[in-house]
Amino acid sequence: MNRVQNIAIRLFITCLVLCAGLVTATLAQTPTPSPSPSVEVKVDAKPADKAAQADPFAPEPAGPLPAGMTGSDTNDPRAKLSPGMFDAGEAAVGLKHVLLLKKPDIFQLGSDDPNDPKVQKMLGQMGAPPEELAKLPKTTQLVIAQLAFANSDMAFQGNHLFQGNFYGLNIFDISNPAKTKLLSTIVCPGGQNDVSVYKNLLFMSVEQANGRVDCGTQGFPPPPPAPKPTGPDEKQPLPPAQKDRFRGVRIFDISDITKPKQVAAVQTCRGSHTHTLVTDPNDKNNVYLYVSGTSFVRQAEELAGCSGEAPDKDPNTALFRIDVIKVPLASPQDAKVVSSPRLFSDQSKLDALTNGGSHGKDGAEKPQATDQCHDITVYSALGLAAGACSGNGILIDIKDPANPKRLDAVNDPNYAYWHSASFSNDGKKVLFTDEWGGGLGARCRANDPNKWGADAIFNLENNKLKFASYYKMPAAQADSENCVAHNGSLLPVPGRDLEVQAWYQGGISVVDFTDAEHPMEIAYFDRGPIFANMLVLGGHWSSYWYNGHIYASEIARGLDVFELTPTKNLTQNEIDAAKLVQVSELNVQNQQKIEWPRKLVVAKAYIDQLERSQGLPADRILALRQAVQGAEAMKLSATEMAKLRNLAPSLETAARAASPADTTRLLALADIFKHPEH
Amino acid sequence: MPDVLRPSKWLHFNSRLLAAATLAGLLSLSVCAQQAAPPKPVIVQPGAPGQPTRELPSTTRATLPPGSPADVQFMQGMIMHHAQAVEMTALIDSHTENKNLRSLGARISRSQSDEIKFMKRWLTARGQSTEHDMSGMKGHDMPGMDMSKHEMLMPGMLTAKQMEALRNAKGQEFDRLFLRGMIQHHTGALTMVKDLFDTAGAGQDAELFNFTTEVDSGQRAEIRIMQTMLGEKP
Repeated sequence: MNRVQNIAIRLFITCLVLCAGLVTATLAQTPTPSPSPSVEVKVDAKPADKAAQADPFAPEPAGPLPAGMTGSDTNDPRAKLSPGMFDAGEAAVGLKHVLLLKKPDIFQLGSDDPNDPKVQKMLGQMGAPPEELAKLPKTTQLVIAQLAFANSDMAFQGNHLFQGNFYGLNIFDISNPAKTKLLSTIVCPGGQNDVSVYKNLLFMSVEQANGRVDCGTQGFPPPPPAPKPTGPDEKQPLPPAQKDRFRGVRIFDISDITKPKQVAAVQTCRGSHTHTLVTDPNDKNNVYLYVSGTSFVRQAEELAGCSGEAPDKDPNTALFRIDVIKVPLASPQDAKVVSSPRLFSDQSKLDALTNGGSHGKDGAEKPQATDQCHDITVYSALGLAAGACSGNGILIDIKDPANPKRLDAVNDPNYAYWHSASFSNDGKKVLFTDEWGGGLGARCRANDPNKWGADAIFNLENNKLKFASYYKMPAAQADSENCVAHNGSLLPVPGRDLEVQAWYQGGISVVDFTDAEHPMEIAYFDRGPIFANMLVLGGHWSSYWYNGHIYASEIARGLDVFELTPTKNLTQNEIDAAKLVQVSELNVQNQQKIEWPRKLVVAKAYIDQLERSQGLPADRILALRQAVQGAEAMKLSATEMAKLRNLAPSLETAARAASPADTTRLLALADIFKHPEH
Repeated sequence: MPDVLRPSKWLHFNSRLLAAATLAGLLSLSVCAQQAAPPKPVIVQPGAPGQPTRELPSTTRATLPPGSPADVQFMQGMIMHHAQAVEMTALIDSHTENKNLRSLGARISRSQSDEIKFMKRWLTARGQSTEHDMSGMKGHDMPGMDMSKHEMLMPGMLTAKQMEALRNAKGQEFDRLFLRGMIQHHTGALTMVKDLFDTAGAGQDAELFNFTTEVDSGQRAEIRIMQTMLGEKP
């Protein structure tokens, strides 16, 4: 080789080395490759021995199943997965795990070593005396501040995914979902930091007592201890008002995606546990936020006008209402609370029932009617909202977004806590969830009843909710796995009502509730517990379908991405039809009507469904498939189009004698056959 | 992996490919540039509304808000409080045949046992005792506090006399006393939560905050269910 060649080779190799270095650097912050998606069952850890029983960290099995109740399935492959933070056993059906992107270091303790000074420092901040700390098992020390850095809810816009965290927010680039990249981490503690996004604005819910207007991380130091009250009648002095405290909804301008700028911080009396973005079809200049506050009412000294009194004592109480924030899009800094509708107003009639108790002192036996919503899902296309409001599920008229009105309210003896709601796409059903225990507890154990901590599906007719059935993720979970119904979204398969739902450490379950009386699981993903010997908060907070993939916010581990894979309960055609639905923004609690193009793949999905339900005999299914194949092969030539058109009337005839679900499918199929789109 | 990382594909060239090699090298550099284009994720902290957002060093680590002695006392007191609810529900099977009450009792028992477990974990993880020290207790005017017979009760807890009456009742009378007693008991828990948040510096721990909010909402919902049950059988 001559010298020039040598230089060329050197140059080339230098380039390679350089590039390799850069790629390695890039890979360092890119996804952990997903383990095998197939069912992979390892044997669980041995049951806790007697010594462990004395350990407050030892998980406890559920008591005996209450009479007449059914528990969870212990034979399910998900019931005995091996534990691990990042190497837990996994089981999946119909879902392919694409990747797990771990939380950035700043949202974790940041160390795997209990002896790391960082860990000790953090424990010190939590107020633990050093001599007591020394007695703690080392693994325990690593996992005790989980919720302070827990991932929470998600919103989507274009190629960006926004994932809330109790300590702030992460923004990801999902232009290539399999190579999802973290773009920016925003530090702004306050929990839960649930997010919504609209054009250049991002909204974030803050409720916790450490939230600060300036996104500071220091919270508020406790004052020196006050002298003890001397007499029985001496009132506890009020704590000092903190003008820097923030509880409410923050508004950020996200024009610079890596550097969101806070433009407004709208304070509310109870803070914002969640909020719902509401758009008014008749008003393009403003958006609204329905604020659900579930926590304590702060004192009037801190935020003027706040009162936590019972309604009979103070008609302006911050209880028994939601708050509506109006956001002028041209001047979001002027956003403010414009109304506080009392959606529960006539529900305090129960007063009379419980008076006369033996404890006559104030407040001892006051009735506690529903006084808050946990979450509200609006469906503006229908002018309706479904509120999951503590002790009730309620139906709300939102045609005038600033003045919502209650239409109906239901309760249920098996429901502990109404948490969230989804409408079916046609608005004829509502799926509510019961977050029994608030998500911190193990509530899917073998002996936990399948009606508790479950979904409740209601039929909706003439603005009345009518109970149809319960659905609970069926697999028994370990005693150390927090598990209960939580957030999900519709999965846009035409002709079916599917919800992809998160169950904390119970994983992700796709439920078909097309038949409201008989909901059925059709796909799932689950990991084993984070720890076998101790409940460590984790699992999926929410799982949402967005433009072809399922994204799931994992509280402790990070962000998961999934794809649907075909099974006998969901065909490739149905998946392809779902992928046709593309939206530019997704805030799940602001439900948008899904419409499918009249493409042949949608027709094929309906045909698959009619075959599965035996809504048409096999020979007709075959004939329909042949007609569609012909039309596809000939690129919708005039002859093939005519053939399809000729099939439409017979489908419409068949629809008259079919089940409600098949009627919808047959008519939709006939419609495509009449006017197919390329 | 991008093609440029597979040298074997490229290294078999002869001397006449000098230009091509140079070009390939340059190309691979430009591919590198693209590969490296998304820079490392940034960490930023917004300011108050209208204030600029500033970039933080990549080595920034999270810190926690300060803990408060009131948090610890709350958890210790609530363990004691919850324990009585479990004691009350344990009477149900032998004292009544009411199916709805049995089901409700089973759920209360399960929830509160589980929450006791949570509170013990919370305290132990912070190096604190799970026992309640009454001497540090505030709010002696709380409903349910009955010091006259040396009973140390958290708000809403049934007195020894009330518990005795409950133990001695059967059937419908038990149902009535149980529901009234549990409403009183749960209402006391709401008082405890309110008092906690009325204490300066308290309740900034995320887990404690979520837990208390859950206790508050969950028990309000249960009170409502119990009130309905009482109304159904006057």
